[in-house]
Amino acid sequence: MKNYWKILYNGIVPGNPVFVLLLGMCATLGTTSSAYNGLMMGIATAVVLVCSNIVISAIKSLVPDKVRIPAFIVVIASFVTILQLVVNAWMPALNASLGIFIPLIVVNCILLGRAEAFASKNGVTASFFDGLGSGIGFTFALVLLGASRELLGTGKIFGATIFPEDYGMLLFVLAPGAFIALGYLIAIVNKIRKTC
Amino acid sequence: MKKLASTLPNMIISLVSITVVAGALLGITYSITKQPIALQQQEQQQKAIAEVAPNFDNDPESEKWETEIDGNSFTVYPARENGRLTGAAVKGSSMNGFAGEIVVMCGFEANGDIKDYRVLKQAETPGLGTKMETWFRDPSAARSVIGKNPGKMKLMVTKDPGGEIDGITAATISSRAFLETLRNAYKAFLGYEKEQPSAN
Repeated sequence: MKNYWKILYNGIVPGNPVFVLLLGMCATLGTTSSAYNGLMMGIATAVVLVCSNIVISAIKSLVPDKVRIPAFIVVIASFVTILQLVVNAWMPALNASLGIFIPLIVVNCILLGRAEAFASKNGVTASFFDGLGSGIGFTFALVLLGASRELLGTGKIFGATIFPEDYGMLLFVLAPGAFIALGYLIAIVNKIRKTC
Repeated sequence: MKKLASTLPNMIISLVSITVVAGALLGITYSITKQPIALQQQEQQQKAIAEVAPNFDNDPESEKWETEIDGNSFTVYPARENGRLTGAAVKGSSMNGFAGEIVVMCGFEANGDIKDYRVLKQAETPGLGTKMETWFRDPSAARSVIGKNPGKMKLMVTKDPGGEIDGITAATISSRAFLETLRNAYKAFLGYEKEQPSAN
């Protein structure tokens, strides 16, 4: 059991997909214009990541090595499409705010990265914890980035006003602000990781 | 269990079975979610109509009237009370936005005054063009289009000659596309009134 906690922890801090591995930057930069969007995108990705990790580790011995990448992609794409249909049917507001980024989870390198580096070599339970850890790490990073951008750009966090919107820097809501905020966050997180 | 060797038959069998299972799962999910999705879209549309149109006691969707203006399709949802036309909700779009299509549901009074509007779909720049949902109902300065009549005034941004509406700062293209949609929606509404002289 201790081993599983280690796998979980590894995905959140030492192997954080955004701050350490720098994977999935497209979705990270595109969806974090607010903390809420970041949270929802993180959860959506985490759900797909956990499901695809479980299935891929379960079928790994049935997939010949030479065709493993197409096989993994089919598994991931199926889960993303299922997620998209479900979100469309029962959570239309979420669908409106994330839009194109839900289908784009398919090409998020975190998913294929975890499938290739972990799920295709380890058991189902370990892969579940690995997916969960990376998913939580990704969500955490997206919420942090989304909250900083929302605060600096519009003076709000999760829609709650901290300071008047007129003093916000519009730059942070736009794409360039995403790069700037991400750069500083990576620096801060790495500094904290080194000192601990 | 030993890993399957990468021989041609193995690869084919493996890929085919994975895609077949995936396809079946997707088919099942699709058939389960099909109805809720359609319902959801219909509900959204009904809500938008009810929010922008004047009081009505008919079913605007069953009386919808479609037309095409500048290559974009416009749908008029007439609102009637006791059989008299009180106005309409007009759904229309423009492809001239800064980032793709803008779809607006605009409500008109019988005399053509804009009652209210809802932006149903847009992909404008966050923080700039996306403000259109609130900007054009802000009563300060000359921003608001509510209560204005596109037949009696020039519903264009002040940057354009004769324009009387204050466009969104730093999002003139989005503003132009939005106002263009409203102007065309008005034309569609007039077209509907002309088609149905008995309606009044």
